[in-house]
Amino acid sequence: MTTRHFFRILITLLAFAFAAPTFAQGNDPKPLFDQLADANFNDAEKLVGQIAATGDTRVVPALNAFAEGDLYFRKSDKAVFAAKAAASQLELIDPVTGESAGQVAKGAVTKIKVNNNLRRAIRAALGGLTLMSPDRGARLAAADAILRSPSAEALELVEAALAKESDRAVKARMQEARAVSLLSSDRSVEEKRAAIETIGKLGGRDALGILNSVSSSIDASLKPDLEAAIASIQNEQQLWDMAQNVWYGLSLGSVLLLAAIGLAITFGVMGIINMAHGEMVMLGAYSTFVVQQVIRENAPGLFDWSLAIALPVAFLVTGAVGLVIERGVIRFLYGRPLETLLATWGISLILQQGIRTIFGPTNQEVGNPSWMSGSFPLGGMTITWNRMWIVVFSLSIFVGLLLLMKRSAFGLQMRAVTQNRRMASSMGIRTPWVDAFTFALGSGIAGIAGVALSQIDNVSPNLGQSYIIDSFMVVVFGGVGNLWGTLVGALSLGILNKFLEPSVGAVLGKILVLVLIILFIQKRPRGLFALKGRAIEA
Amino acid sequence: MMSAFIFRALKSHILATVVVILAAAVLVPASNLLLPADHALHIPTYVMSLMGKYLCYALLALALDLVWGYCGILSLGHGAFFAFGGYAMGMYLMRQIGSRGVYGNPDLPDFMVFLNWKELPWFWYGFDFFPFAMLMVLFVPGLLAFVFGWFAFRSRVNGVYLSIITQAMTYALMLSFFRNDMGFGGNNGLTDYKEIVGFSVQAGGTRAVLFAMSALMLALCLLIASAIVNSKFGKVLVGVRDAESRVRFLGFRVENIKLFTFVVSAMFAGIAGALFVPQVGIINPGEFAPANSIEVVVWTAVGGRGTLIGPIIGAVLVNAGKSYFTGAFPELWLFALGGLFIAVTLFLPKGIVGTIQGGFSTRKAIKVASDAEKGRGDVTPIAQAAE
Repeated sequence: MTTRHFFRILITLLAFAFAAPTFAQGNDPKPLFDQLADANFNDAEKLVGQIAATGDTRVVPALNAFAEGDLYFRKSDKAVFAAKAAASQLELIDPVTGESAGQVAKGAVTKIKVNNNLRRAIRAALGGLTLMSPDRGARLAAADAILRSPSAEALELVEAALAKESDRAVKARMQEARAVSLLSSDRSVEEKRAAIETIGKLGGRDALGILNSVSSSIDASLKPDLEAAIASIQNEQQLWDMAQNVWYGLSLGSVLLLAAIGLAITFGVMGIINMAHGEMVMLGAYSTFVVQQVIRENAPGLFDWSLAIALPVAFLVTGAVGLVIERGVIRFLYGRPLETLLATWGISLILQQGIRTIFGPTNQEVGNPSWMSGSFPLGGMTITWNRMWIVVFSLSIFVGLLLLMKRSAFGLQMRAVTQNRRMASSMGIRTPWVDAFTFALGSGIAGIAGVALSQIDNVSPNLGQSYIIDSFMVVVFGGVGNLWGTLVGALSLGILNKFLEPSVGAVLGKILVLVLIILFIQKRPRGLFALKGRAIEA
Repeated sequence: MMSAFIFRALKSHILATVVVILAAAVLVPASNLLLPADHALHIPTYVMSLMGKYLCYALLALALDLVWGYCGILSLGHGAFFAFGGYAMGMYLMRQIGSRGVYGNPDLPDFMVFLNWKELPWFWYGFDFFPFAMLMVLFVPGLLAFVFGWFAFRSRVNGVYLSIITQAMTYALMLSFFRNDMGFGGNNGLTDYKEIVGFSVQAGGTRAVLFAMSALMLALCLLIASAIVNSKFGKVLVGVRDAESRVRFLGFRVENIKLFTFVVSAMFAGIAGALFVPQVGIINPGEFAPANSIEVVVWTAVGGRGTLIGPIIGAVLVNAGKSYFTGAFPELWLFALGGLFIAVTLFLPKGIVGTIQGGFSTRKAIKVASDAEKGRGDVTPIAQAAE
């Protein structure tokens, strides 16, 4: 670095200290730009640094133009301008003020050449300059950029910006950026020690990467500090990994909950082994597909609302199918649970083949509305929006169903009929219709689950098959006839699965979970939350 | 004593069925081997193999009938025992390939060479030896049934719960056998067999013998099953099915009775699997699929559970129908099968044989169910009974 460079920095710093708002006006970057006309690549690189060091944010467009190869000098007086094409001529723009300096023929100017090294220097300089931007967001972004790719060159800029910064959040981020840049500079050991501490507190994979990258070049006396910082970050990282696993588990658990909650009604409350449950989920997913097709063709603007529209449609379609199944088949089979299993399996085959005949055997494309796509960071983990919404959605269905069961007249009748059919009947409850609507409700909920699952799974005629066994496991594990059991069962199986996965792999993890459930049933044949009673069967 | 035991097994309809099966065991191979190809009664080899397959399915359905029809255990995992028997036979057949595999390795089957394994895993030892392999056909399914049943029956897991965990069992096994690390050929299973006890598996003569063996084993197992259900033990068995608690209170060890029947049934299923594999030429993890096991339940239900000969008739009829439909109207097969499930449970709850034996009881069954729904009669819905 040249003495001149330091001199300018000193002036800048003084300007910061005493006249912060007007600091830059004392250094005119214009002559520096003009020197670019004669400079070779090395000189140009230094000049760019000096231009940036003026701290004058007005030069940002010109530096951008330079990186793009749009910086020219006039052959007549070697004055440097940014230029943009205007008809057959070039319009010259003052690099500092941004004002137009008239149009010239292309032959009257010469392009200032730029290579990759120079581009990198320009980008670094720009990063530093935006640190001074009046826009808070831009400053934050610039600090983040330095955090991600630190360099010793950025250090002075960061320090300069830091002195001026008043926003606390931005200041904290800049402190971190300073610490990161400082490690690769030639500052004193004490300063570096403090910097290591700051980075250690910062945490995250980036910080770990930075610390690891300097570990070979750093002063030996700093090694223990460095290692302590790395260890603390790694500890924190492990906690975040754990949290991420719990989240994945919750997300899988909520998928299981969605798939199983309809079954918790038809199987858990009514005692019908509904093997066609998976097909109800599938019908819900296909309803979503049909709704989206209709929207795509007739009102593309409503696409973001497609799921909201599909929910009642799916509920009504699958609820109606459920009603027909109950009135047409299942009502003749009450008291013969194992035979309902056969009949509903037959129904599931017919529904599958029906869908295959109508829509074909291939996967149908169901789109994600915009609010379901993308992800957001939370601490050290990344959470995708569709998973987030599915967790929220399945929990709200659960709460809704619980309220329906416990607080509504229909729920009361439903519980009365399942607990004592004859007594309920003599109290004037029309038990056949309660049966029919309970089954329709369970089927409708499965259909709603299908709407959500269509967002994360392939919509094919086999969709239901992949959920049926898991759903039964969840209901049996949680305890038949108990919605809370289904909730706890689904979430704990989901989390267990995701914790087994990293160590033994996905398939073996699933096998282990199945074996654990089989063993668990031996211990508690009525599941996690068994209904209490002393009656003996048969 | 022993003769009385055998005599009881030979009820007239069982005897008739055994005679029919034995006649088939002689006549079908005879027609295939002795009659010229253009003779009207000649049975082509592929038809004979197909019929041999049906007989294996019939044996599997018989095995299920023993536990479901007489002991009230609806196993949704009998396909697992069938597949274990099949894998035991498949392993023997793989060892017979020797160095004639694609890679020509004298010690290892092809898929192990492909996976870069250096030596034979311990559980493959002994399968070069036919009697050992046949012992395993009985032993492995029997052991699985014993361990599973020992836990399940002792903890009094029954009814729907038992059905669901047997389904979980076969599902878990299917996932395990799909893994290459298991050492059973993963996804592709075991195939490309060359010969069985020195005879080529492709040869017409071997096929005829395999058919005859299937028929003989079916007849033998039918006799054993008949002897069991018609003995005094069989009476207790039916007692367990109809009123488990009462039988327990009378002092019988219900879990042991169930366990014995379950293990015998699993061994039958293992034999069926072992005879199935050389006739179709492959065994893969798909045989463990829960849907297969449920299909077996349907054959049994169609024929009539608790009748022993019903499942045999059901298995043959449904599978013949399947062969016809999947050839002629592939689209319609699942509709037909699904419709059959529903129709049988609604209108023929006792199956074909049961209905013929007991007269048509459809209307009565529907009346009982609708009475129950209206709160009359003594049929209690399950949820009520479970409390």
